[in-house]
Amino acid sequence: MAENELHPENWVDRYADYLFNYAVARISDVEIAKDLVQETFYAGLNSAKNYKGDAAERTWLVAILKRKVIDHYRKINSNKGKAEVRINYSSDSDSDGDWLEEQVADPFSQDGDFVLENEELGMAIQECISKLPKKQSQVFTMKTMQGMSTEDICNELGINPSNLWVMIHRARTALMGCLNENWF
Amino acid sequence: MKITCEEASHICNKSQYKEASAWEILKLRLHNFYCKNCARHTKRNQTLTSLCNRANLQVLSENEKEVMKKDLEERL
Repeated sequence: MAENELHPENWVDRYADYLFNYAVARISDVEIAKDLVQETFYAGLNSAKNYKGDAAERTWLVAILKRKVIDHYRKINSNKGKAEVRINYSSDSDSDGDWLEEQVADPFSQDGDFVLENEELGMAIQECISKLPKKQSQVFTMKTMQGMSTEDICNELGINPSNLWVMIHRARTALMGCLNENWF
Repeated sequence: MKITCEEASHICNKSQYKEASAWEILKLRLHNFYCKNCARHTKRNQTLTSLCNRANLQVLSENEKEVMKKDLEERL
């Protein structure tokens, strides 16, 4: 197996978004997810000497993040009383459906599948984006994920609209090719 | 009324971000009617858009990444 090496100076550029999505899918709190990614990088630095190089850098970081997520849940559950089961109405909503019967899982629901599949899809897209040249991925992310206007992006990056559309075009074509096998 | 494939793909990209005018979209549709390549590309481009929406990806802003990077560099 090829030897892998750690390059901490590239971690943020290469893996921050990937790890962040991994965390958000499990924590669903953006701020905490961000902190966990940061902690993962620290932990990675601290244990860099234990890295044997038989897993890819990203796989290794994801493994650390996974531990961080578990630790996070342990921490919030260890507070006394958190494990208490409430058999009552849903206390934090006034909306319809706060009777217990209405909160039972719907056996025909496919939400779970959707959630899983979408997470997988998200990671696949993220992976493809990370293979794009830096400028392209930046423009694509700003436009597609952050929903910024063409004008704002042009101002921020100091490019003109036709540059932007060329980069968008290249990025989209590359992504179509990259996602092709599994998702189209 | 007639447009080139290059113009067609430009309009198609713009329309993925709702930035194409109704007139442009009409021209694209007409072009796709006789150009099967562009029709296929348009379809795939739309699929990509819906995949991206479905994945509901979260990203860290460039600022947040800068902060992270600085923090990390200090510890290197």
